[in-house]
Amino acid sequence: MGRLLGIAIWLITILSVWMFVSGKWWFPPAITTHGPQYDRQFLITIIVVGISFAAAQIGLGWVVWKYRDSGDKQRATYSHGNNRLEVVWTVITAIIFISLGIMGQRVWASLQLTKVPAGAYTIAVTAQQFSWNFHYPGKDGVFGHTDPNLIDDSSLNFVGLDDTDPNAKDDSVVATLAIPADRPVELILNSKDVTHSFFVPQLRFKQDLVPGMKIHVHFTANKVGKYELACAELCGMNHYKMKAYMLVLPQTEFDELVALPQAQFQARQAELLNKYQLPNY
Amino acid sequence: MAATATGTDRTVHAGVGGGPRPRNGNGFHKNGEGDDVPFRFSPARYRIGVWAAIGSILMLFVALTSAYIVRSASSDDWRRIAMPKILWVSTALLIVSSITIELSRRSLKSRHDAAYSRWLLNTVVLGVGFVASQLIAWRQLVRQGVYMASNPYNSFFYLLTGAHGLHVLGGLGALAYLVLTTRRVAKSIDGELRRTGAADAVAIYWHFMDALWIGLFALLMFWK
Amino acid sequence: MAEATHAEVHRHPAPTSFIRKYIFSLDHKVIGIQYLLLALAAVIVGMIMSVLMRVNLSWPGTHIKIMETLFPQGAPGGVMTPEFYLSLVTMHGTIMVFFVLTTAPQGGFGNYFLPIQIGAEDMAFPLLNMMSFWVTLVGFVVILTAIFAEGNATVGGWFSKLGTSFAGGSGTVGPIGGWTGYPPLSALGPIAGPGQGAGVNLWVISIAIFCVGSLLGALNFITTLLNMRTRGMTLMRMPLTCWAWFTTAILALLSFPVLLGGGILLLLDRIAGTSFFIPGGLYVSGNTVPLHNGGSPLLWQHLFWFFGHPEVYIAILPGMGATSHILSTFARKPVFGYRAMVFAIFAIGMLGFFVWGHHMFMSGMSPYSAVAFSVLTLSIGVPSAIKTFNWLGTLWGAKIRFTTPMLFSIGFVSLFVAGGITGLVLGQSSLDFFFHDTYFVTAHFHLVMGVASIFGMFAATYFWFPKMFGRCMNEGIGKIHFWITFLGVYAIFVPFHAMGLLGMPRRYAQFTEYEFLKNSKGLVTFVTVAAIITVTAQVLFYFNFFWSMFKGAPASENPWEATTLEWIIPSPPPHDNFAGIIPTVFHGPYEFSVPGAPNDFIMQTDGENIVAEAGGSNGGNGHRH
Repeated sequence: MGRLLGIAIWLITILSVWMFVSGKWWFPPAITTHGPQYDRQFLITIIVVGISFAAAQIGLGWVVWKYRDSGDKQRATYSHGNNRLEVVWTVITAIIFISLGIMGQRVWASLQLTKVPAGAYTIAVTAQQFSWNFHYPGKDGVFGHTDPNLIDDSSLNFVGLDDTDPNAKDDSVVATLAIPADRPVELILNSKDVTHSFFVPQLRFKQDLVPGMKIHVHFTANKVGKYELACAELCGMNHYKMKAYMLVLPQTEFDELVALPQAQFQARQAELLNKYQLPNY
Repeated sequence: MAATATGTDRTVHAGVGGGPRPRNGNGFHKNGEGDDVPFRFSPARYRIGVWAAIGSILMLFVALTSAYIVRSASSDDWRRIAMPKILWVSTALLIVSSITIELSRRSLKSRHDAAYSRWLLNTVVLGVGFVASQLIAWRQLVRQGVYMASNPYNSFFYLLTGAHGLHVLGGLGALAYLVLTTRRVAKSIDGELRRTGAADAVAIYWHFMDALWIGLFALLMFWK
Repeated sequence: MAEATHAEVHRHPAPTSFIRKYIFSLDHKVIGIQYLLLALAAVIVGMIMSVLMRVNLSWPGTHIKIMETLFPQGAPGGVMTPEFYLSLVTMHGTIMVFFVLTTAPQGGFGNYFLPIQIGAEDMAFPLLNMMSFWVTLVGFVVILTAIFAEGNATVGGWFSKLGTSFAGGSGTVGPIGGWTGYPPLSALGPIAGPGQGAGVNLWVISIAIFCVGSLLGALNFITTLLNMRTRGMTLMRMPLTCWAWFTTAILALLSFPVLLGGGILLLLDRIAGTSFFIPGGLYVSGNTVPLHNGGSPLLWQHLFWFFGHPEVYIAILPGMGATSHILSTFARKPVFGYRAMVFAIFAIGMLGFFVWGHHMFMSGMSPYSAVAFSVLTLSIGVPSAIKTFNWLGTLWGAKIRFTTPMLFSIGFVSLFVAGGITGLVLGQSSLDFFFHDTYFVTAHFHLVMGVASIFGMFAATYFWFPKMFGRCMNEGIGKIHFWITFLGVYAIFVPFHAMGLLGMPRRYAQFTEYEFLKNSKGLVTFVTVAAIITVTAQVLFYFNFFWSMFKGAPASENPWEATTLEWIIPSPPPHDNFAGIIPTVFHGPYEFSVPGAPNDFIMQTDGENIVAEAGGSNGGNGHRH
């Protein structure tokens, strides 16, 4: 039984490691400037994880194999432990884990603890059950005033844009997110009803949208294309299909797009959604 | 710390998981009785129990208090109301009742059972007075149109005083139990230890209710 | 003298009526078994729900006839709606975490064996103990009611009469919100969608009731352990199971009240129009929501997770204690590093109070606090690693007897490593940008809570069954149960990591809407098949458990040749555990294979000079019975 158990544990270890190492199931390629750093940190971590996992399981399988009771008269080794060994392995573990923890703050700090870079393009994102609204400031670059009391889904005023504000005249509120490549983007995240979460796997980025809060985030995408945006916080029955598309556009195409008024903006987005394809998964 | 088995009559030190025999056992034998005395109740049992209960009740109020503090900062609709003056009476009643219960506890310790009963009853009366004054305060506020949902400060006011009041009612129940069952000397040593233990524990709880009230009162009066 | 002292010892003479013996019993042993039976019932409900979830994910549109009969609205034509699925998710989590993982390890085995292992005749407060069980059972009944309050039109109609937030019959089988119940979704009531009415109110009430039951229990454990240890039972001679139950009780004592506080605030938001968690300016389902203003959804998350993180340690610590205990027993070796193990249990418990923010990295809370939470979270890995090393150390140089409890304890170590190690990924705030709310998280917590913890319970069941019922479980069936379950749970939960790497979000009723999920189909199907097999195999356990209770081979008082106090009394034990005798403890709990001892185990109550008396010889493995 000991041998069988040892073998089983080793087999499980090999299969589990294979599942990761085979690359069959992995992140889609990153499309942000912080992406490579993220991927590197994950790789370092998963290697530490993999080695620790394998070592512990192989060790377990080995002791279970070697020290099975083989029916002889020998007793087990009487020992209450070894303090020196305890200290050594505790210190080593602490160093590795805490180093990982500290290293793991770099990407976080670069995105969360820094100011929005100069020259960023700002888009206001408002989530609702079960769709996304992207509010562009238009040619004047100034967001029109919004008021929750003015929201009326049936008349398509999804974010409560105030018509009486001159700045609102050139604003567009659309259902597809378009961002420029190679230029910092600032999103101001908000929700109309319950908590949602903004997630595009390729961005290596996620952020909850909390009602009552306006959360500022920023990142820089650097690969043109069309990507899927998924909601990542349970928001009700259609949480699983609260989908939008994100277009990462070359600079000129983007500048042209965001200068358009509402109706043309939407029409142009529809064209672009046909022009660009989703990645090959 | 390995074992040392020797051929002599000395004890095997079985290592950390074993260790030397304790000289006077554990909490059981702190009363100074010998090894041959069977399981005996020690008043520490009720005391530990009540401190554990206090720990958990305290955590409940810590949670509600931190919610109070966070909420007071999270929006601009926080408006404190004028506290009904009768709450000062509440506070006085509770403080005096702490004094009376302490007096009752000391009387019990010095075996003055009549005094013990008397101070106990006084505490009950003061406690009932406290609860009554709280209800009066609530009625006053409702008559002024101060409702639970009108404003977050109100919500917390009713919630905190209500939660505290419920726990005071529990304390009153414990006091009633003491009044009904512990006024006379018990028939055995075990019973007597339980009697004093119970009185001690309820007194500790009651003092906690008092201290908690003072904390909540200060919070409601002075925070923001 | 003996007469009078006996009268003092027997505070409550043995009950005679059926009701006092088995229903409203003050005996910690009966209460422990009641908790175990509750957990055994709850886990069936939880497992059925999980299989239904898996079938829906793998083969969307599957007709399940019985669902159509029971829940025609939520599963028209026997095909579950997305909201039905989400209510299964919610109920599965709630029932498993509370009514299985927080009952059996602590209320079940802890209640039964803590007093005995420390040499006491019962818990400190038997009446409170009985109340803690019955309060918990009432909580269970309330949560089950939530299924029908939302799922059945008639029952829903009754609840609707209680108020708008109590509207029922929306077609789900309980609330939708996950076991975490984040507002505003959980606070807004039926305007936020199906499953937001009576089901949520009943969910909150059930959890509040559960909190009270848990607190009563925690109080008892702490007092009993501190006050009622027998002669010679110093703290450092206690079995590690006792240390685990003690730490767990402290965690419960300090964390459940916070959940209770949060639950009260949530209920008030729902029924009293307060705005603790609901901000102003909301527009829900086509209508503005005028009544609320200024609340903070994040406040709930802080309160919930301040409880929620210690809760997961509450779920695992008793299993760790049992594992140390059982590994040592069947390895015939003392636990490696007893002191370090005690320290590690305490460190895990205490550190567990300072890391709740790692559930909230993406929540919008202060990113600076995220840094602190992240580094602290990774440090919890250290005491967990110490424990793992020490378990391996216990097995090194051992003489392992592969009984069923031993198999499950070894399985615990393997699964705890597998599940715990991914904490290194999830604890890093940076990496959470991708992994938060994906199946990677689900993989992590299922492996540690849903599997390792359960293996701890299986090990404990097989180990202590002979003592509790005076009969042995069948070893053959036990071993088959182990093998299918061990391989099965790995087959189910390791692939979840792969799904997480693809970016698969949690709590999705279907995966059909996204291209980036299309490579997950094979994994999803594989997992479902493994789950169906594994869940079915649990029938073996239930059969073994209940059949052996009546027909198992009779057990002696110490069938495993173990050392702690429960093995010096008859199987099953008499009403007052030690039949009026005060056990005196001379040895630590894990004195196995002591050189020179007559047997390869020294019971805690064996004479202090047992080795010397044996003439210091390296006598063979004299068997005691």
